[in-house]
Amino acid sequence: MNASSKEVPRILCAGESCVVVEFGDSIGFEINARVRALRKKIESRPFKGFIGTVPTYRSLAVCFDPLRSISANQLERLLSDISADLVTEDGTDEELLIIPTCYEGALAPDLERVAAHAGLSAGEVARRHAARDYYCYMLGFVPGYPYLGGMDTSLETPRLKEPRERIPAGSVAIGGKQTGIYPIDSPGGWNLIGTTPLRVFDPDRTPPIFLNAGMWARFVPVGRAEFDRLTREVAKPDWKPDIRKKERVSGEEPSHESDREAASR
Amino acid sequence: MRLLIERPGLFTTVQDLGRRGYQMYGVPVAGAMDGTALRLGNILLGNERDSLSLESSAPEPAGLEITVLGPSIRVMEGAGCFVVTGAKAGVTKNCVPLPCWTVHRLDAGDVVVFHAPSDSGSRSYFCVSGGIDAPVVMGSRATYTRGRFGGHEGRALKAGDVLVTGAPGALWAECEGFSCPLRLRPLRDPDAPLRVIPGPQDDLFTEDGLAAFYSSEYVITNSADRMGFRLEGAVITHRESADIISDAICLGSVQVPGHGQPIVMLADRQTTGGYAKIATVCAVDAENLAQRLPGGRVRFEKITVGAAVDLLRSNESLLEEARRLRATWRSRPSSSAGREKLDVRVNEEEGC
Repeated sequence: MNASSKEVPRILCAGESCVVVEFGDSIGFEINARVRALRKKIESRPFKGFIGTVPTYRSLAVCFDPLRSISANQLERLLSDISADLVTEDGTDEELLIIPTCYEGALAPDLERVAAHAGLSAGEVARRHAARDYYCYMLGFVPGYPYLGGMDTSLETPRLKEPRERIPAGSVAIGGKQTGIYPIDSPGGWNLIGTTPLRVFDPDRTPPIFLNAGMWARFVPVGRAEFDRLTREVAKPDWKPDIRKKERVSGEEPSHESDREAASR
Repeated sequence: MRLLIERPGLFTTVQDLGRRGYQMYGVPVAGAMDGTALRLGNILLGNERDSLSLESSAPEPAGLEITVLGPSIRVMEGAGCFVVTGAKAGVTKNCVPLPCWTVHRLDAGDVVVFHAPSDSGSRSYFCVSGGIDAPVVMGSRATYTRGRFGGHEGRALKAGDVLVTGAPGALWAECEGFSCPLRLRPLRDPDAPLRVIPGPQDDLFTEDGLAAFYSSEYVITNSADRMGFRLEGAVITHRESADIISDAICLGSVQVPGHGQPIVMLADRQTTGGYAKIATVCAVDAENLAQRLPGGRVRFEKITVGAAVDLLRSNESLLEEARRLRATWRSRPSSSAGREKLDVRVNEEEGC
């Protein structure tokens, strides 16, 4: 365990029922680890009137019912006290979600486009995309959408000029410097390089997501036959995703300023 | 009861108070835009939260949120009561005009029709004994149309939909005729300034930008839906960039993108966003804004968190008083119904 005592966090007011603890103005693994630690601390010992948190890259929003909770002043003091001596985890309890992904044919309609842009073969794009573990900073934008950090810069590809009206849930995509998974059918302009059979978001499941903020994701290439088999498997009620302990390699912490691009979504 | 939607209206959805506590998964809250109106409807009907489920965490009974043009609803079977709250709407039952904010009985074969659009607001609530039953998804029956989940099949109602109501409280029939006193109905003054709490990113705006925001009048554009209201008026200038590292968006968050025009985020807002937020409209006034129409005017007035909580508390005490009145009220024939002057412009083509 190592105590991170960097900047003093700012406590911001976001209305009468939300306080935001902001740890800084940058995107990085360290700062996000503090967000994670605060979230864990509050959720494990919720105060009276607590409703929920919204973790983001560098801040944690704490939502509460002001008519049932302690006063705003008391809450600010509480949060500032907790945040001041926050102990971040040493990374030994991090989880990794295995995301089987088919990078082939109709399930990867823009793979050739990405390959042409990168000057690589389609197979090499898939290999590079699956070669790294991605850190999930936060969920947002649409239900269950993971903001993933750590993509190989050689795979950067501009978004499509004409966004698609409907991208199927499970599509694995690259947009600019980001990669992500469409959790629900939605419009979008990212390049679709593959599809996962996993239901990364399912409103009828508790919790509705597999990939939570603070977890890691690994895309594992599968062929079409295996994709079809898994599609049938994941529909079974007792199916469980493959979540492992993350063995972090030194220097793996994603720290890229480019994530700012996602901010304007 | 089983209710047949004969005409759906412009945009009618099943709503309760939304799904709270799922925002860390990127799930929007959704729920009634004017939650106080929905809650009052349930109080008038004697819909206790527990009547649908024994769990203490059971959601508020759901009603139909009606946007401007309302539906036509036929009772296929069963009996119960209904009440229309929120924006005043022209409502008939079997072609007879009925007052809003008063509980009326429903029997098999009855047809409730919403006529001319309301001119006093944009959202009315059709509440029934036992609430509208729909699957509880993440703790709520609220429809989130963009995500296609919650409510009735995750979408706005269509002609031919059949809705089922939940089990009503034992004394549901005694509510008939109960009317919400005028003083307890939420005032939705379209000219009242919206009270806002500064922040969380007010430091990213210039003095001139802040002055423009607090001193000028904004007009509600046509881009005003359950997700948020885009306003137009004096440009609010940023010190540097309008972009921030994405963070949480709350009910009433006033985002200001690079063009300098404010957007007030409402029920179906996304959970996070990357534009600087100059202020947050207090919860009570977010409900007032939700009742305004495109072309309506908006001014902002600064208040403290404490003042906003006081507003919330007095709103709560009005609800509490309605609950008390309802509990001590006993059905008397022709008690309060019909006292109000009815202004229902019945459209002949609609079958009445």
